[in-house]
Amino acid sequence: MIRAFHRWPGLLALALVTILGLSGAALSVFPAAERLAAPQAEAGLTVAALAGRIQAAYPGIEQIRRAPSGRITAYWFDQGTPGAAVIDPATGQGVASADPNQTLRWLTNLHRSLFLGDGGRIAMAVGAAAMLVLSLSGALLVVRRVGGWRHWFARLRGPLAGRLHVEIARIAVIGLVLSSTTALWMTASTFDLLPGAAATPAMPAEVSGRTGFAPERMPALQQLPVADLRALSFPSAGDATDVFTLKTGRGTGYLDQGTGELLAWADLSGWERVSQTVTMLHTGRGAPVLGLILGLMALGVPVMGATGVLIWLAGRRGRPRIRGNQPARRAETILLVGSEGGSTWGFAATLHDALTRAGQSVHVGPMSGFAPESYAAARRILLLAATYGDGAAPASARGFLDRLTAADRLPDVPMAILGFGDRSFPACCAFARAVAAAAQAKGWPELLPLDTVDRQSPQDFARWGRALGAALGIPLELSHQPVLPKTRTLTLISRRDYGADVQAPTAILRFALPRATLWQRLTGSGFARFEAGDLLGIVPEGSAVPRLYSLASGRRDGFIEIVVRRHPGGLASGQLTALKPGDSVAAFLRRNLGFRPGRGRRPLILIGAGTGIGPLAGLVRGNARHRPIHLFFGMRDPESDFFYGEEMPAWQAEGRLTRLVTAVSRGERPRYVQDALRGEAAQVAQLIREGARVMVCGGREMAAGVADALADILAPVGLSPAALKAEGRYVEDVY
Amino acid sequence: MKSLLATLALTTALTLPGLAMARPVTMTTTLADYGGDGAYLAFYVTDPSGAYAGSLWMAGGKSKYYEHLSDWYRATGGDTAQVNGITGASVGAGRTLEITLDLADALFDAGYTLHIDAAVEDMRDSPNEVAVPLTTAGAGTPVKGRRYIASFAYDM
Repeated sequence: MIRAFHRWPGLLALALVTILGLSGAALSVFPAAERLAAPQAEAGLTVAALAGRIQAAYPGIEQIRRAPSGRITAYWFDQGTPGAAVIDPATGQGVASADPNQTLRWLTNLHRSLFLGDGGRIAMAVGAAAMLVLSLSGALLVVRRVGGWRHWFARLRGPLAGRLHVEIARIAVIGLVLSSTTALWMTASTFDLLPGAAATPAMPAEVSGRTGFAPERMPALQQLPVADLRALSFPSAGDATDVFTLKTGRGTGYLDQGTGELLAWADLSGWERVSQTVTMLHTGRGAPVLGLILGLMALGVPVMGATGVLIWLAGRRGRPRIRGNQPARRAETILLVGSEGGSTWGFAATLHDALTRAGQSVHVGPMSGFAPESYAAARRILLLAATYGDGAAPASARGFLDRLTAADRLPDVPMAILGFGDRSFPACCAFARAVAAAAQAKGWPELLPLDTVDRQSPQDFARWGRALGAALGIPLELSHQPVLPKTRTLTLISRRDYGADVQAPTAILRFALPRATLWQRLTGSGFARFEAGDLLGIVPEGSAVPRLYSLASGRRDGFIEIVVRRHPGGLASGQLTALKPGDSVAAFLRRNLGFRPGRGRRPLILIGAGTGIGPLAGLVRGNARHRPIHLFFGMRDPESDFFYGEEMPAWQAEGRLTRLVTAVSRGERPRYVQDALRGEAAQVAQLIREGARVMVCGGREMAAGVADALADILAPVGLSPAALKAEGRYVEDVY
Repeated sequence: MKSLLATLALTTALTLPGLAMARPVTMTTTLADYGGDGAYLAFYVTDPSGAYAGSLWMAGGKSKYYEHLSDWYRATGGDTAQVNGITGASVGAGRTLEITLDLADALFDAGYTLHIDAAVEDMRDSPNEVAVPLTTAGAGTPVKGRRYIASFAYDM
């Protein structure tokens, strides 16, 4: 609900608040610049003395004004010619032009009315109102995200756009609330919507009728410090009935030009005083430092606008339209989704569709909208939950666990949880498990035991669907094809073949880098940014399900390289290994953030066997900073499947590769890569104690063997692979 | 136009038997390129003794700025009822404002003076920017203002 109050004003008023923010930030500089540029009055200078100095310099003086910055401007006539200047109060002489600054004038008119008069003023006021609504709803969203006001500045996780949006928001929100509230007040004042017209004293009925009393000698002006002056208007020449008009920060009064006497005085009304403060807070005139701070905060508006749109687009992408969604209070089946990137929504849509076709009435919604009291007709509740990071709630399930544990009464209908994740990560489906544990602790009956879907596997999902159908007594066949990312056509430029003699035909395939669009370059999406270890999704002809291959090159290499072994009967590997230079294939890029070497100079221990060498070789090739890398490589026969064997000596000579240890599994003394590791136990343990990071790539069995070997190697020094994993110093890419 | 007549009749106590006693007068005001925002202009008439007789036109709609039209403001006490129904937009630098009003014959050649006060945001307040006696002979003779008005003339 709050999100809707944030999203729609944000999108609708995006252009207005962006213009307001940018022009406001630009305007905020002027009061400070004026304060620095204006000659300031010496301490203790009175208005009487100032008026005397100026009148001596400009006998035809009509008005003296003092801006909140301390700038003093005089307006006079000299033989019928109007003159105006910024005055140095020390001399009374003009020192600079009093003409309005044209840039300031242009920015002010843009900021206040888009150059469109009253209609523009109202539009900008609507923009300010939108900014206020956005600030308040945004603050509530931040509180919800970080878990309370006290955690306002808590560390954030998640995609960059979302983090940037909140980082800026939680600093800038104070300034934006202040600026937008004061803007609305000023608009109301301009349109006469506030009570309390300017209080001016009634014109004195009688004046002395004399003229020529110098302002220097007027007691009221002699007691008035220059800092309190707003304006002093002189009587018009030759009109003995006219008076001096004095405006100060406290009120307005009239002074007799013949006696210097104060004829009348009116204090500012309460409303005027508030308006004066509001104007100062909004414009920074009289508070230049505050103005600069507010301007800096306003500069965050366009950034938040851009990141906000990115967040909104990311949320929409991949979230399918669900047709015939039933209201929560009428549905028999409540299907709640916890999704981060949107792919789990796709599974939910398939499930919704299948259940609906089986005659059920189904409501689909985000887990964050969990509201047990409104599920009046529910017979069962199904939860599809992905995991964010190391077990945190995904975007659409925020707050679910809190609500579950806080709920007094749970619906007395059974529930089933299906977790989505990647089983190669230790934290796979951790959020789903946490939900299951919380539900069990609450005594919520189970319809089905917790199950998981590995890497969006359609097979896993279909299996769970059959179990669900059995529990409901209906046949349920779930056939879900994940929505594929947009593919690009990649053209093969070269291939190198290995392994034919050891019954493991393998090719290193190198594709040309497709041109990135400007948008991709700006957002780093698609093939505009990738590193060795990211994944290349290949969609083979005759299948809709993509196969993922680890990349053996990064964007900087200028090509896309993978290592593919042909499996007997393998569709994708068969097609890939049959490619000739010039042939092409449809592919997309998927980031693999869990398999990265990390920054820094700490040594890397890379362990791989067979085609698992691909991403590791890519890391070595890209190691231009000469980080120490120790590579353990298992192969069958150096004569046949020593991938990248030609490059290795050069990489070592260039300092990209510190040490290469190979293990050969065929021949007289077969050795696997884990054996090679044990053979170097002392050095491996030493490196890890020094903070080395371990990266393993290859088949599942090899990875298990490596983990066992490392457990043995590390036990004497009090470490374990599990402890390293928890620290993020042991990562695997296993298939 | 009618409201103006009514205003003038009320404030000047000049009794007008009917429209036959009035004539259409076109006032043309051209502003100089003074390099600022739109100017607020107050057109008003004083009687032979110099006392305020009534307002003819107010160019500028935000009453909070009227105090800068200082002579008019002093004469009327800032009473917006004086310009009810005879208020238009402020006039940009270099622009021309043309207004046609039915003015009572009795205002002409009888010692009445037409005044224009002018003010621009963040620039000089210019009370009495223009002061011209209302005479049939003076019609069509352009005059220059003190600061903002490049030329002003009234035609009958």
